[in-house]
Amino acid sequence: MMASTTPVDDEATLVAQLRAGDEAAFERMVRAYGGRLLAVARRIVGSEEDARDVVQDAFMNAFRSLDRFEGNAKLSTWLHRIAVNAALMKLRTRKRKPEQSIETMLPSFLDDGHHEERFQSWEEPVDKLLEQAETRALVRQQIDALPEGYRTVLVLRDIEGLDTEETANVLGLSVNATKIRLHRARQALRTLLAPHFRSTAS
Amino acid sequence: MKCRELADFLMDYVSGELPAENRTHFEFHLSKCKNCHAYLVQYELTIRAGKMACDEMSDELPPIPDELVRAVLAARQKN
Repeated sequence: MMASTTPVDDEATLVAQLRAGDEAAFERMVRAYGGRLLAVARRIVGSEEDARDVVQDAFMNAFRSLDRFEGNAKLSTWLHRIAVNAALMKLRTRKRKPEQSIETMLPSFLDDGHHEERFQSWEEPVDKLLEQAETRALVRQQIDALPEGYRTVLVLRDIEGLDTEETANVLGLSVNATKIRLHRARQALRTLLAPHFRSTAS
Repeated sequence: MKCRELADFLMDYVSGELPAENRTHFEFHLSKCKNCHAYLVQYELTIRAGKMACDEMSDELPPIPDELVRAVLAARQKN
């Protein structure tokens, strides 16, 4: 996912300078795109330390493969993809952490199979709310609050757009376990967002 | 179909992967149960909220820390 704004006015010039081996251009690239790549990496790998490693790996990989960058692609999009790949590599090589429970964030049911909770409708349109910086920051905070193994699946599937097989493969999970995790992660995120999105009108 | 099962089938339903027979039961329940309908709407909004919130505008992102810039530049020198 890329924002519509680009932190560099003229990507073509920057790319030309990078290819010419311009030291200052490399630093400009790191400063212009580093913040975004760090945010992407942090969301996927969770820890700040690992995210910084990922950003460093990503810029090194980008530097080495600059000649494969196609001029008609966006530099931001290209760097994003390299950072996601570096983050996936990190996940693959990392020891699996003990699982945190997600049960308390899932819906609960009565014995007769009905929901225990009566869901109050949300402020709509949610899209309008999400134009506000505070709401967007709040949603990102709640994603961060998901238990690690669930957050990662949600980020890879729903945010980065990987398919189920790819996600399962990176995380060393079965396809079925990955699907269950995604469903639970979405349900848990819904639970976390509900108190903030509840309509005051109803 | 009970609310509990509907919640289980939600993901397949929104991705269009729920088999036709289950889909019929799902939609029948949905047409009768306001609570499950609200839940479905919120489940879909949650997915969209995540996508939209993580597609950050540049001014929402803190700059890369200086020490990380230095580490990247140092790593490049070594290569």
